[in-house]
Amino acid sequence: MPSDMPSDTPSDTPSDPGGRTLGRLPGMIDAEVLSRVLGAAVRSGADFAEVFAEDKRSTSAGLDDGRIEQVTSGRDRGAGIRVVKGDTTGFAHTADLSEAGLLAAAQSAAAAASQGGGGVRTIALTPRAGTKVNTVERYPDEVPKAAKVELLRRIDDAARSAGSSIVQVSAGYGDSRRRILVANTDGVLAEDEQVRSLVRMSVVATGDAGMQTGFQSAGQTIGFEMFDAVDVEALARDAARMAITKLDARPAPSGAMPVVIQRGSGGVLFHEACGHGLEADLVAKGASVYRGKAGELVASPLVTLVDDGTMSTEWGAIGIDDEGHPSQYNVLIQDGVLTDYMWDYLRARKEGRPQSGNGRRQSYMHLPMVRMTNTYVLNGTEEPDDIVRNTDHGVYVAKLGGGSVNTATGDFVFGMVEAYLIENGEITEPLREGNLIGNGPQVLRDIDLLGNDFGMGNPGTCGKDGQGVPVGDGQPTLRVKSMTIGGTAA
Amino acid sequence: MSTRPDSELLRIADAVVAQARPGEQLEAYVSRDSETDIRVYEGEIEHFVSAQSEGIGIRVIRDGRTGFAYAGTLDERAIAEVLAEARDNVEFGTPDEWAGLASPDDVDVVPQDLWNEALAAYATDRKIELAKELERLALASDPRVRVDDANYSDVAAESAVVTTTGIRRAGRENGCYVSVGTLADDGDETQTGFGFSVGRSPDEFDLAKAAKEAAERATRLLGATKPASRRLTVVLDPFVTAQFLGIISSTLNGESVIKGRSLFKDRVGETVANPLFTLVDDPTNPLAYTATELDGEGLAARRNVLIDGGVLQGFVHNSYSARRAGTASTGNAVRGGFKGTPGVGCLALQVVPGTRSQTELISGIQDGVLVQQVSGLHSGVNPISGDFSTGASGLLISNGQLGAPVREFTIASTLQRMLLDLVEVGGDVDWLPMRAAGVSLVIADMTMSGA
Repeated sequence: MPSDMPSDTPSDTPSDPGGRTLGRLPGMIDAEVLSRVLGAAVRSGADFAEVFAEDKRSTSAGLDDGRIEQVTSGRDRGAGIRVVKGDTTGFAHTADLSEAGLLAAAQSAAAAASQGGGGVRTIALTPRAGTKVNTVERYPDEVPKAAKVELLRRIDDAARSAGSSIVQVSAGYGDSRRRILVANTDGVLAEDEQVRSLVRMSVVATGDAGMQTGFQSAGQTIGFEMFDAVDVEALARDAARMAITKLDARPAPSGAMPVVIQRGSGGVLFHEACGHGLEADLVAKGASVYRGKAGELVASPLVTLVDDGTMSTEWGAIGIDDEGHPSQYNVLIQDGVLTDYMWDYLRARKEGRPQSGNGRRQSYMHLPMVRMTNTYVLNGTEEPDDIVRNTDHGVYVAKLGGGSVNTATGDFVFGMVEAYLIENGEITEPLREGNLIGNGPQVLRDIDLLGNDFGMGNPGTCGKDGQGVPVGDGQPTLRVKSMTIGGTAA
Repeated sequence: MSTRPDSELLRIADAVVAQARPGEQLEAYVSRDSETDIRVYEGEIEHFVSAQSEGIGIRVIRDGRTGFAYAGTLDERAIAEVLAEARDNVEFGTPDEWAGLASPDDVDVVPQDLWNEALAAYATDRKIELAKELERLALASDPRVRVDDANYSDVAAESAVVTTTGIRRAGRENGCYVSVGTLADDGDETQTGFGFSVGRSPDEFDLAKAAKEAAERATRLLGATKPASRRLTVVLDPFVTAQFLGIISSTLNGESVIKGRSLFKDRVGETVANPLFTLVDDPTNPLAYTATELDGEGLAARRNVLIDGGVLQGFVHNSYSARRAGTASTGNAVRGGFKGTPGVGCLALQVVPGTRSQTELISGIQDGVLVQQVSGLHSGVNPISGDFSTGASGLLISNGQLGAPVREFTIASTLQRMLLDLVEVGGDVDWLPMRAAGVSLVIADMTMSGA
């Protein structure tokens, strides 16, 4: 029904921030239309059908080489329709949110899922509330673009002021306002609005031994008020410091040794070492090293691991998942014992158990699957300084980069972006970049010291099966008693 | 993209460009894709995705400032909004004397056969059957092998780009592939593998080869151990070489060079690799998976020699980086769809091959490792400093023979050293479904970190 679409409401165009209350956008699709579309989708005898509609507006701006290169505005709007019959899922999507467009997509999805015939079903939809994760104060589309671009200039100035060795700065700003609606033949009708704001920067320093880079970023699931609390200049100075420090770095060592990971810098370790392996879709296919391990000790008893979509303002926070299920706080590992996996609709239905709010997708063009939200390890009891002091020789990782894992073997790898040698219980020389490599179950058992200084890390994008979704991670300072450092020094 | 003059998308783009105001450069890029994605598991269809998508990206340049906007629809009102947004965004850009769109040059398009009617007409149930057959073949190849999923995918894409500077081109292409993910079990141990086959039409698939490779990749790692750390000779399998070439290509990107981010800046004419190493980017070679007629700005794709006999010849450019560097575009604008403006990148890299087989290359190595798979290359390489370290698995080499499987180790060096430490290029070119072709490379001295 075109008259329901936000684009027809002049007050909703992002370029017009003039005096009005934006609040929630008007309904994307009428509930009666949804009922009819769902009814059509299951007419040929399917077990389940779902409409996922999305309307996302985004703004991004990039600065590089001292110039604001470009401001980009984007609009993505459409619906994906999923029809399940037996173990087969049919899926089609459309950018046309009219009833005719939705019906056409429903028929494609139904044809894809099934060949049988059946009667007509009537779908009664019951609105369901999501989890209230936060309150947005300044919607990005109400903020002048000039204010967003100004953040980038401040980053550029602050980074370049950090030292004469800084030769290049690039920075990016991005925001999105994503409204989703999910309706399915189980009667679920749920909506959510997810607003995210992000800055990231990369700084290059040059010295006698070549160029080095430093990175920083910050991202939250709120509006522009994020920048009242986040000091972008401090982030820029920190990225510059990292690049300058690494100019004097020596090659990273090669071989197995103790590794201490600074608070808030190594949540990706758990994301890779066990998070993916606890996704029920991989477990069900026997493609996880953690299959059949519920109730067993899979980690050091120091470790309690949580996936928490309700964590206010964190990058992976959501009110509902992309299947309409409210986000939850899920304990995955309690005192080293595997308590539960993460679930989406299909896997939970198959096992006859509740969903866990982990059914997510990149956009309306994608099928949902089991995904993490904010994944973190709870505090231990050690003083972080003591952890270093009690390590005779090893590596201190102040910042980890991206990583990847083979969930079937548990073998994972991730990059050290900022790291130092530990010698005689003290952090000494900076190290050049390298990868860390390990085996998930082994590393979880080898965590022998856990700090009391919990912190969340940088915003991340988790990729699985070609789809990216925003995720957060965090942990206190901790030590793994042996991991392999993939440097070049003997 | 192949050239195709008569297109509805061209007319949509024309209509946008016709609205350009005096003093304004305007570019409209319009695309429409359709794809089929079928996944089979245990003989049943797990999912069947049938998807069409379309969209437009509009770039406006005025007084050296650039603005851009896009929308995932070709609805007329939405296009009007996109143009208005792109214009609004112009005022926030910093004036840049080199900003501008591409202009037609005198390089002719090398015609390619990128559209296959047989694929466009291929029946759905036969596509499903291909995925089922691949699953059956993989399962039959070894009793230890399970299948994670077997997939058939195809995509048909058309696009058009029109500018106020005289570019007006459209094209279309289609292609398809099958892939299979495998698991191999031996007691408590599980290893994984994958196999694939690619074609302009399903008739070009080799399902048996894809199934055999998927089974071998998983089973060959059963019983693999973590090797002792040491320096040794490394042989990169063609599939691994192709991934490394992707990283090396970012150092040859003209935009990185002008912005001071390439370790090869100011080194044109110098020896940067062993004289055996000649690297070309040649999207006009029809054997290349990413062969194309046009780059992302609508200029003819062309052959560029980047490193010749170990000597750095130059960098790849789009029209912006070329203008800034005082040279001409090399036809290397790359565009990731309608949601972005063109960047710079290699289109179809290839190392000019040697003559010997991989077995012959290995026969002369006393202590080495054949790296068959790498992981974390994206997180372990810094293309600015050149440092890299990557997770790896493969087979040890001793006294000229392949030996025990090894995993959970890293290999590390710098890109600069690796190119100089190269000692031989194999003759075993593999045209992989990537932006680079594979070939075996022998690197004399790298650090392996394991136990």
